[in-house]
Amino acid sequence: MRTSSPTSWGNIPKASHSCHKLNSRLAELPAAEKSVLPYGLGRSYGDSCLNDGENLLLARGLDHWISFDSETGILQCEAGVSLAEILEKTSPRGWFLSVTPGTRFVTVGGAIANDVHGKNHHRAGCFSTCVLDFELLRSDGSRQTCSRNENETLFRATIGGLGLTGLITRATIQLKPIVSPLIESEQIRMRNLDDFFALADETQDTHEYCVAWLDGLASGNALGSGIFIRGNHVGEPTDLTWKKKTMLPVPCHAPSWFLRKPFIKAFNFTYAHKLRGDRHQTREHFLPFFYPLDVADRWNRLYGKKGFFQYQCVVPREGDGGPIREILEHISQSGQASFLNVLKVFGDQPAEGLLSFTRPGVTLAMDFPNRGPETLALMTRLDEIVMASGGALYPAKDARMRGEDFRTFTPNLNQFIPHIDPAFSSSFWRRCNSTPPVVKP
Amino acid sequence: MPTTLILGATSAMAEQTARLLAADGDKLVLAARDPQALEILAADLKVRGATDVHVLTPFDATQSGSFEDLLNEAGDFDRALIAYGSLPDQEALKNDPAGIRREMCINFGSVIDLSSRIASRFESKGQGTLAVISSVAGLRGRQSNYIYGSAKGGVILFLQGLRNRLQDHGVRVITLLPGFVDTPMTAEMKKGPLFVSSAKAGTCIHKALTRGKGDVVYVPGFWRFIMWIIRALPEPIFKRLKL
Ligand SMILES: Cc1cc2nc3c(=O)[nH]c(=O)nc-3n(C[C@H](O)[C@H](O)[C@H](O)COP(=O)(O)OP(=O)(O)OC[C@H]3O[C@@H](n4cnc5c(N)ncnc54)[C@H](O)[C@@H]3O)c2cc1C
Ligand SMILES: NC(=O)c1ccc[n+]([C@@H]2O[C@H](COP(=O)([O-])OP(=O)(O)OC[C@H]3O[C@@H](n4cnc5c(N)ncnc54)[C@H](OP(=O)(O)O)[C@@H]3O)[C@@H](O)[C@H]2O)c1
Repeated sequence: MRTSSPTSWGNIPKASHSCHKLNSRLAELPAAEKSVLPYGLGRSYGDSCLNDGENLLLARGLDHWISFDSETGILQCEAGVSLAEILEKTSPRGWFLSVTPGTRFVTVGGAIANDVHGKNHHRAGCFSTCVLDFELLRSDGSRQTCSRNENETLFRATIGGLGLTGLITRATIQLKPIVSPLIESEQIRMRNLDDFFALADETQDTHEYCVAWLDGLASGNALGSGIFIRGNHVGEPTDLTWKKKTMLPVPCHAPSWFLRKPFIKAFNFTYAHKLRGDRHQTREHFLPFFYPLDVADRWNRLYGKKGFFQYQCVVPREGDGGPIREILEHISQSGQASFLNVLKVFGDQPAEGLLSFTRPGVTLAMDFPNRGPETLALMTRLDEIVMASGGALYPAKDARMRGEDFRTFTPNLNQFIPHIDPAFSSSFWRRCNSTPPVVKP
Repeated sequence: MPTTLILGATSAMAEQTARLLAADGDKLVLAARDPQALEILAADLKVRGATDVHVLTPFDATQSGSFEDLLNEAGDFDRALIAYGSLPDQEALKNDPAGIRREMCINFGSVIDLSSRIASRFESKGQGTLAVISSVAGLRGRQSNYIYGSAKGGVILFLQGLRNRLQDHGVRVITLLPGFVDTPMTAEMKKGPLFVSSAKAGTCIHKALTRGKGDVVYVPGFWRFIMWIIRALPEPIFKRLKL
């Protein structure tokens, strides 16, 4: 069965697939000669959701609700249901996702397979914390219910397991209660990295959500300047209903001036200085607070046909910044930063998945337009700092890390490997488990 | 809350229509061949807001002996959507008269049988809406699928007559004419620009059922224009085309 070939969010690498649309969770996996990989909404940036030359199982079609109990906030649904659909259904009835990434257009299956994190990682941990159980369909035809009490190691292997342990067909999720769709949010100007750390510390216990947006081109004393954003759910009841807004379309790839450095510099400067005073407090709907990028549909096209890389690392927090300062200095010197540059301190609670990315430290996520060798060289240099500091890179955002680095970043790899379904594989997996690495920008 | 009976509820287009009816809070009565798939569908539609979802005993269009019992089991309903259908491999059927008869039974015989029974029920109540999914393929015979096309075409004529008959009896008869819709039925076809999603088709069908006034509804509307041209081609030219 063939349909047009899906891409990942960064449009790198190009890949072609045989695609199998799934529409019944009761069906067996399609018989295929080559390996298969589940694909959700393709919001991973690199090649972890791709399986070049082999098969994709388009899991978005598994989009049935199973049950929703508005007394307990327990939701059962198929794995292709998106977080956007969950919020539309449950938030008007007073239930919210206890962990959500920076876009709501991801599937439950994808959120589990990357064990995604959000602005409340310091309080709530990763997505898996709200997963009570799921069903895993393996290529031998077996169906295993996995939870903390049943098939526990397979549960932990599948969380953050990059889609390699089998197909998640359905899941049970615990939502958390809210009384208002509004967020009490605050934006605070940060003059530099010291401000960031001071604000992050101050916010730990006072705010459920926080993240910082950086001007990736600022340097010297202004290194790390930007805007610190934090918020809490509004505590007094307000009308829970809300209307869906239509998204701005991005109909085609952006023209090249859009990615030229002067334009990006002007954008960063303007954005960093958009606050009139040093602080701005407001009550806003949860949609703009959590998902500012979701206002535009397919905004990844703004990066043009060549696509873009996202670089997300976590490094230990040391002294006045240590490795993260070094990383930011390199990026600022390179002048390659673009529009999205996000910094956050992760909480200390260990993640449940054998391969989960999050760990204590500071995480930086940055988009880099694909300028070929120049961009790859910068990221290789950043890798060295991450490696030396004992940090790690996020596979969900990666199209080019070296296999040996991945293996270093993944201390539980040997425990994980026996749980891989023999019929499952991905471009990422083959790239990172064969040396030398292949990089095709 | 109006009650809608859906025959062939597991069809992708029917399912998308049912989701919208459920969100309206309607009551749904579902029939299809596969009881397990129906169970999944029924649970889903309840979460989507359907006031009540009733699943009938498995329904196979080739078993006409069971139709009256099926409709009795369905109880009282205000609307009916006949959605099931089968798209055969025309090449394989060319020299298989029994196969042709089977396909005719699914796509034509059973459809007009059920339509008549439902129409009579609506007629005696003095109200009701019957919608049947035919196809644009039923508007002109083409070498690539005239077996399917003629069955769907027969349905179009039948409904036309039925509509005419029931015009003054408060009964609405809707002929639905989808073009290319991306569903399991067309899974093996290459998807050109004329294809729409089953969700889009569901939106059109839902609108026709609940708000529209049309008798013959193209799904989606642009097919009215395309078929106007295709039907206008003179036969001496059309017969030479490789369609
Ligand atoms: C704008 C934007 C913001 C983002 N912000 C964050 C963030 O704040 N935090 C964060 O952690 N991530 C973030 N991400 C990344 C995104 O949340 C993850 O990549 C997520 O996993 C994507 O889900 P998906 O449904 O699109 O899955 P895909 O990208 O299609 O697939 C992701 C992985 O899940 C597997 N998979 C998908 N479905 C199934 C299934 N049914 N069974 C088994 N495996 C399956 C795939 O094989 C693949 O390995 C962001 C991405 C974007 C585009
Ligand atoms: N897709 C298109 O491009 C297109 C275009 C024009 C018209 N149509 C028509 O649209 C309608 C809906 O089809 P779809 O596109 O939604 O395809 P679909 O998802 O494949 O649905 C077809 C449905 O018909 C059912 N069915 C087949 N044979 C049956 C039988 N003997 N008894 C009972 N049910 C039977 C199938 O049941 P099972 O699930 O049990 O197999 C299935 O639910 C059909 O009438 C089709 O002819 C489709």
